[in-house]
Parts: sequence; C-alpha cells; structure tokens
Amino acid sequence: MDSPTPMVAGDVKRHRLSTRIWHWANALLLYTLFTSGLGIFNAHPRLYWGQYGANLDRAWLTLERFPGWITLPGHYSLALSRHWHLAAAPLFAFALLAYMLWSLANRHIARDLAFRRGELAPRHVWQDIRNHARLRFPTGQAALRYNVLQKASYIGVIFVVLPVIILTGLTMSPGMNAAWPWLVDLFGGRQSARSIHFIAAFALVAFFLVHILMVVLAGPMNEIRSMITGRYRLPEDRP
Amino acid sequence: MILTRRHLLLGATATLAGCDRLARNESFRETLFSAENFHKWAQRGLMAPDALAREFRPDQISPIFRANGTANPNTPAYKALWRNGFADWRLRVTGLVSRDLSLSLSQLRTLPHREQITRHDCVEGWSAIGKWRGVRLKTILDGAGLRSGARYIVFRCADDMGGGRPYYESIDLADAFHPQTILAFALNDRPLSVANGAPLRLRVERQLGYKQAKYLMGIEAVDSLAAIGKGKGGFWEDHADYDWYAGI
Repeated sequence: MDSPTPMVAGDVKRHRLSTRIWHWANALLLYTLFTSGLGIFNAHPRLYWGQYGANLDRAWLTLERFPGWITLPGHYSLALSRHWHLAAAPLFAFALLAYMLWSLANRHIARDLAFRRGELAPRHVWQDIRNHARLRFPTGQAALRYNVLQKASYIGVIFVVLPVIILTGLTMSPGMNAAWPWLVDLFGGRQSARSIHFIAAFALVAFFLVHILMVVLAGPMNEIRSMITGRYRLPEDRP
Repeated sequence: MILTRRHLLLGATATLAGCDRLARNESFRETLFSAENFHKWAQRGLMAPDALAREFRPDQISPIFRANGTANPNTPAYKALWRNGFADWRLRVTGLVSRDLSLSLSQLRTLPHREQITRHDCVEGWSAIGKWRGVRLKTILDGAGLRSGARYIVFRCADDMGGGRPYYESIDLADAFHPQTILAFALNDRPLSVANGAPLRLRVERQLGYKQAKYLMGIEAVDSLAAIGKGKGGFWEDHADYDWYAGI
C-alpha cells in the first residue's frame, strides 16, 4: 500500500459468522449445481437466442457432451442430474436472499463491500490493478479491508451474477413462466435465458479460478483458517 | 502442496463418486426427490389457478416443430387405425365418471375448439413454438361427469415403449380443468402428423414436454395413481425417475 500504517501484526477477527456459513454452503451448493447443471446440459448441448430453439434451429453454440468426471451423476442421467439441481437450487437461492438481508442488517454491505469515496478514481483503480499484477498484497491494517478490485468482483458476483443465474434458472420452468411471465421477457425469451444461465455459470467458474489463485498467492492456510474460524493473522508490513 | 491436473481430476471423480453413492441410499434419495414437492407447492402458490402460459403471435412460430419421443407407434393396431385416416379410432373416457364415453375424431371436431400458440419446453432443454387446436379437456370431463372421488386424470396412449408397455401419463384436476389444457388434433393448422401424436395429443401448457402425451387412446379418471403402472403416475416417472410434477 502507499502509506502503510505502522501496526503490530497479530490475530484479528476478520469474517463474520454469516459470511463464513454462507461461503461454505455456497462451496457445496455451487459445486452440486455446476456439476448437475452440466449433466442437464448434456441432454441438449446446444444454445440458442430468442424464444424457441431446437435441433433444426440455428444454435450459437454447439458442444460435445461434458465428460463424466465433471458431471453429477458421473454417468448420463438427465433425471438424476435434475433431482440434484432442483434440490440444491432453492437452498442456494434462499441462502443468497438470507445473506443479502443479513448483510444489509449487520452493515456488512455498507461497511465492507460498498465503494468508498475516491476508490473508483481511475488512479486508485489503476494502482490496485498494478498491485495485483505485481502480486503485492496488502499488509497490516490494509489487509483487513477489501481492495477495489475485490469489492468490484464481490459486488458483481453477489448482486449481478448470482441473481441472474437464479432468475434465468426460474425461467426454465414452464410453471414459473405462467406465474411470472415478465421474468422470461426480461431475458428475451426462454432460450436466451438458458444461454445466459450457461454464460453466468461459466462466469462463476472464472470467478472461482481467480478466487482460488488469490487464496493460494495470499497464503492459503491463513486465508482458509479465516474463513473457517473467522480469525486471521495480519500479514506483517513489508520493511 | 502441489496440485496437479491429475490430483484435481482424481478429487473431482472421488467427490462425484461419493455423490453417486449417496444418491443410491434409499432415504437420501427420498429427500433428494422430495424437492419436487417443494417446487409444486411453491409454483401452485405463486400462480393463479387460471394463470395462462404465454401465447405467441403467428410470426413467432418455430419454422419446424421438432417431434420427440416416439416418432411412430408402428404397432399393428395403430397402423390399422392410421390406414383409414383414424375413422375407426375412438377416445374412451372411463374410470370415476358418471358415464363412459367413446368419442370419434369427427365428434371431437364438432365440439367447441380452442386455439393457442404456445411454447413446448422439452425436459432436455430445447423449445419449439406451435399453434395447437383442440377441445378443452374440461369439456370432455364435464360431458362424462367426474365422480366425487376423482383426483387425477390418466392418459393411455397407443405407442409401445417396449415389452408391450404403452405410454401413459397423468395430471391432477388443477391442470385438467385449466383453460389451456386441451386435447389437440391440429398443429399449425394441419391435422396432427404421426410424429407429433396423431390423431390426438394432450397439451398441458404449464408443464414440460413429457407430460404432453401423444397418440391418445383413453382417458381415465382415478382417485389415486398407486395402481397405475408402478405407481408414480407416468411412464418416465416409473421407468426413469422423472418428476411427476413437471412444472420445472
């Protein structure tokens, strides 16, 4: 950081209980949803834009079936993949809703996630990008706050990608389309929604890969411990 | 700790194998499969009883309506019916009704029609929009007079799914009396083709494709699905673990 605060390194409380519970619930649920989702996708590995789309219509993406080591179950079973997916999906959706409300109430959003004055200034953002590129992670007190790229990705995931993946998932349902016809209109038709659902899933995979990379680079044991127990050892200031 | 691709693959495979084992455990399976009840409860709670599936404009119809499942029942009995234009075909309405009915195609065509351009959503993920014309199921059921114990309507079909087991499906009364639930004899202004279920198929527009039973031969009103097939209410439900409620 530019002006490191002199600080004695030591254990501090970092993640709230709500964040820790939600994090690990998500790890399990998103794993289940992604692998079972690929199993469902395998039933028709083609994507379209618009209201309709079947084999004789023009697909914008045609893939081979995903291999068994990444699908749930490991063999092709549309019925079982659907059971896993449709059981995990409501848990995942209501957990996100609860986390959003909880984080609003305990001011996690306002205090930790919302951008602060000046954080979005191009110079500040550029500095943060350079710090990331040089793998210079914050130390001391600065390590307790999310940096601007971190905030942007958490805000993007919590308030954009996850709601979009839930809402597009709901538009797959003919029942929900009768109940809430505006929802499928919002995404430009059921096949568009299915495509967006798929794109959002891979946006989450990209987030996951960068997330894991950052944890490994920032010191995996300390990071994982802080997400389990909430306690985090502040990285000492660089001399 | 160095994670190689091989480790990741092994890890993924082991985790998924664990999930597979879990899914074979009887009580876990029941819990997993019970999500269907939640979805049915939630959707029925969120939708008005007569909430309609979206109806589309004629210019939104799919250029080709994909046919799926059985493309031709090809049984001797079906072929005989097909050969003379389904003149000998009859829809039999039986079970918990005040009077059994036996309706010919021309009789069905004289009843009040409904036309609807709707989207067919296959469980596999694809969709096709088509224009259906047919008689409301309600009209038939009112004609036969449902008896008080009736809770489900079972559809008997002409297509043999192997080993002499014809296709069957069922819906409850909430869907049976829905305004868009029709017995369709025409698709896109032409008599139903064999691939799309000639001479008559069910349209139950708030559910997935496998509920839209083709090649209808009979309708049966029942008080329980326990005695139908293996008891889950439909061919795919009984033989491939599909959900009976296919609203999602």
